[in-house]
Amino acid sequence: MAIAGALIWAAVIGTLIYATRERRRVQSEHAAGLLILWGGAIIPALLLGLLLGYALWLMPDIRPWSAPGEPAGLRIEVEGEQFWWRVRYHPADGPPVDAANEIRLPVGERVEFTLTSSDVIHSFWIPVLGGKMDMIPGRTNRLTLRAAKTGTYRGPCTEFCGTSHALMAFSVVVMEPDAFRDWLADEARPSPGAGAPGGELFIANGCPACHTVRGTEATGAVGPDLSHVGSRETLAAGIMPVDVEAIASFISKPDAIKPGAQMPAFGMLPEADIAAIAAYLEGLK
Amino acid sequence: MKPPPIAPEEVRRAQEKRLRDVWETPSGWRYWTSVNNTQVGVWYTATAFAFMLFAGVLALLMRTQLAVPDNDFLSADFFNQAFTLHGTVMMFLFAVPMFEAVAIYLLPPMLGARDLPFPRLSAFGFWSFLIGGAFVCGSIFFDAAPNAGWFMYPPLATDKQYSGIGADIWLLGLSFIEVASIAAAVELIVGTMKCRAPGMRVNMMPLFAWYLLIVAGMILFAFPPLIAGDLLFELERMFDWPFFDAARGGDPILWQHLFWIFGHPEVYIIFLPAIALMAMIVPTFAQRPIVGYSWIVLAAVGTGFLSFGLWVHHMFATGLPQISLAFFSAASEAVVIPTGVQIFVFIATLLAGRVIFGVPMLFGAGGLAIFIIGGLTGVMVALAPFDWQAHDTYFIVAHLHYVLIGGMLFPVVAGLYYFYPLVDGRKLSDRLGKIAFWLMFVGFNVAFFPMHLSGLRGMPRRVFTYPEGLGWDWLNLISTIGAYVFAAGFLVVVFDVLRPKSRQPALERNPWNAGTLEWINEPDENWGVRSIPLIESRYPAWDQQDLIRHTDEGRFYLPDAEEGRRETLVTSVLDAEPIYCMRVGGNAVSPIVAAFALGAVFIALTFEWWVATAVSAFVTLGAILFWAWTGTAEIPEKPGKDIGLGLTLPLYRSGPESVGWWAMFITMVGDGTAFGSLVFGYFFYWTIHEDFTAGTAGPGVLWPMAALACFVAAWLLMLAARGVNARGSAIGMRLAVGAALVLTAVGSLTGLYGPWVHGMDPTAHVYPAIVWVLVAWTAVHGAVGIVMLLYCLARSFAGKLTTAHDIDIHNVVLFWHFLTVTAVTTFAVVGLFPLAL
Repeated sequence: MAIAGALIWAAVIGTLIYATRERRRVQSEHAAGLLILWGGAIIPALLLGLLLGYALWLMPDIRPWSAPGEPAGLRIEVEGEQFWWRVRYHPADGPPVDAANEIRLPVGERVEFTLTSSDVIHSFWIPVLGGKMDMIPGRTNRLTLRAAKTGTYRGPCTEFCGTSHALMAFSVVVMEPDAFRDWLADEARPSPGAGAPGGELFIANGCPACHTVRGTEATGAVGPDLSHVGSRETLAAGIMPVDVEAIASFISKPDAIKPGAQMPAFGMLPEADIAAIAAYLEGLK
Repeated sequence: MKPPPIAPEEVRRAQEKRLRDVWETPSGWRYWTSVNNTQVGVWYTATAFAFMLFAGVLALLMRTQLAVPDNDFLSADFFNQAFTLHGTVMMFLFAVPMFEAVAIYLLPPMLGARDLPFPRLSAFGFWSFLIGGAFVCGSIFFDAAPNAGWFMYPPLATDKQYSGIGADIWLLGLSFIEVASIAAAVELIVGTMKCRAPGMRVNMMPLFAWYLLIVAGMILFAFPPLIAGDLLFELERMFDWPFFDAARGGDPILWQHLFWIFGHPEVYIIFLPAIALMAMIVPTFAQRPIVGYSWIVLAAVGTGFLSFGLWVHHMFATGLPQISLAFFSAASEAVVIPTGVQIFVFIATLLAGRVIFGVPMLFGAGGLAIFIIGGLTGVMVALAPFDWQAHDTYFIVAHLHYVLIGGMLFPVVAGLYYFYPLVDGRKLSDRLGKIAFWLMFVGFNVAFFPMHLSGLRGMPRRVFTYPEGLGWDWLNLISTIGAYVFAAGFLVVVFDVLRPKSRQPALERNPWNAGTLEWINEPDENWGVRSIPLIESRYPAWDQQDLIRHTDEGRFYLPDAEEGRRETLVTSVLDAEPIYCMRVGGNAVSPIVAAFALGAVFIALTFEWWVATAVSAFVTLGAILFWAWTGTAEIPEKPGKDIGLGLTLPLYRSGPESVGWWAMFITMVGDGTAFGSLVFGYFFYWTIHEDFTAGTAGPGVLWPMAALACFVAAWLLMLAARGVNARGSAIGMRLAVGAALVLTAVGSLTGLYGPWVHGMDPTAHVYPAIVWVLVAWTAVHGAVGIVMLLYCLARSFAGKLTTAHDIDIHNVVLFWHFLTVTAVTTFAVVGLFPLAL
């Protein structure tokens, strides 16, 4: 398409430059009229007809015209929130599994996404896997994707959603199907680190009001699920590495790192406590 | 044709003195009370350019922030305000007003009119634009600018915590400017249809006038849906009526429809006038008439028409059914064809002529080269599968800037270099023009071409920063460098315009040897044309021998101003046969007072200062009534006058022959479109819900039907009033008008009583809210109608509305036709439609 575009551009501009040259034959009005007819109407109509036909032929393959007959094996519910992603896996067999800010997919399988939003409009996009789809309050949009090869990718929010729109992304990890199923089974269970030291500080300082860590008394549902936060590729919806230092800085000043984020700052806690909580969270593999 | 006879020298000197006195521009502070198109057009253009420079500075700030990854030059919040304001200002305060400004300046001389039919309305529009624009732009200095993006998607933009007062400034400030835009559209349509020089039949109109007619018509159908959307939006923000709140039956998608039904035609509203400038420049530089006049007119009409069927291509990612995506994809591709025809008309004209190259051509051709790239990427993004990738990325940012800068800014600069001698009698510098062009052309491409790549590499638009290592870093750095080069180029243009030119010798008239009528104007006289010529050709300055000399010698129509009044000719719509001699409004303060008072209404509403709002509204009404009373439907001191060449024309005409009737008609078409958009909202909610009423009570059948009956009866009485008046009975007319007044008041109240007595709570659910909006819309129109009826009664008692002089009653009856359609639609929809559920 880019090459065809470049050729069309060159042809039109070439004619224009030729037309402005001083020494050339003056064309008759009839010839000029023919140029308008062919250049302005007939050729573009033919080219566009072909292009449009091709696009319409592609569309059902990329996105089904109606609800798909073949049920997808795995459905993933993603809800956009300012400025993070709530993720819930619905495997064909077994109960749903909650996660956040990271999506793992089995390679080669069709996965259905149901996309919603709880506050403002967001847009869900994994550039390497397919086109984007908006997440609109009050509506549920469906999108199916099939990853062709394994790897780790990035997906940004692509509808302006507020102050930290630029800081809302997620990582996508495409795995071999067996590895994916093992991972999902692990994800459904509490992390081995859930009972580690530092957990009591996490509980005592009020974190469970918003966050869940499976296997503990933390079952809050306001903020992202942290059950396996230590095993994720990124922290705070795709903006930081998952290490103790980054976690500690986010706990003490989330609003400075992500303006407009809902999470209150915990900078008033003793540094040692913050460090202990950060180490605990980093250990939730 | 044999040249008309010439008057003796001393008679001509006396005529010239009288004309000069009548059209004289006031001096001192009174200069600003001028309403003549020459002054207002220049102010308007300068103001639009000033807003453009302001928005350009915002763009440079943003580019600086994005030059390197993880930059903290700007805060996230300021960046979000900056990009919102950049888009808003460029669209609403530069691109559209620029066309109105240029049209106000150029249209009268092109058509051979002395002024537009409603010069005070032009002045009102300008002052409204200035006030509204300053209000919107100024907000950023108080950290209160709108910050939800220029298309203001709810629920983000309806969130008061997030947007603060910024969203109200956007909604109210721009509604105010949109009202002014519609006023300008009315003025331009009436001017083009009714104020052409005798003999200039529609198929002889300069292409610029054709384009303006089309664009003004588009404004009339495109802006009202946005005004309706603004109304719903502001009702949600101010009074919590849940139009876009999904939890209470609203839907954020309705805003997207209303916005883009406006927003897509808007692109063509911006683009077509720029093409219109090219359509004047190209024949001049090819030194021959345009090839394919009817082709280009038809193509422009086609573009305008198709542009209303494309809006959904801005919503390809919202999850609409595939079938509608396919339809809008096809329509979006179809619009390429008329656009292509217009471009090829220019190329064909150049090929069929001997081209003289100059700075205007340079900017024109450069703009075309840029625009075509934007058009080609447009073809790509019109295909849904491609758009799913490109949508809301920097690819779109690149695409829209290629379209708008190539399709609007470059042609406007071309127009500036081309028409500058008309304003100042001197040319801008060729050398500076060339430097500016190359800086702008190269800078533009360096800035925006890499954005295609950063978009395809996944960079979303509207991000205040981005992490390093995603392959976006150096592309963004190049874009930033290009943006500064581009800005430098534009500064050269600004310098060229502002540098003192008094040492430059004044040029002869028509320095480019153009063929159209505007070039016979004398730049140092305010009267426009010395006499209004008889037109026999599309390019009269080429085809009609000695046209300039004969016009200057006052051999044609209206060479004099014996009664000391500003006058121009009103001609018939198709054939431009002279109908009457119109006295146009002179310099006045009332439009300025009305504009400032109306501005105060909108500003006070933003801050929810209710008392100030009411006071300003009262002053506005007073100013408008005073303006109408003193400046319209004036009864002339004699029935007709000799306008030259042995032709005597009346000085007063009413009904469809008069310009006021057309203005009312056109205004009400726009008003009807806004109303239609609200009705669309009603049915939109019906289609998206299983049970649209959500179990809440409706307004019943009885009260809506009673209201409907009152409005229809009032309409019949108005028809009777007009008829009785024509037969000479002032008393019968007054009685009929009085009865209509009572019935309208009763009808409005009855209409409101329906939802009220059934306890419909507009904050509870969207169904009561939309019913209240329709009923209140009708009642407000009823109230406006009542003011008009009182005005008619007062005019009748003052002897200004009589059997022979019946402009007022004709125009009010015309309003009543539209009011009746509105009332019947409203009450049938809210009263009867629920029965069909």
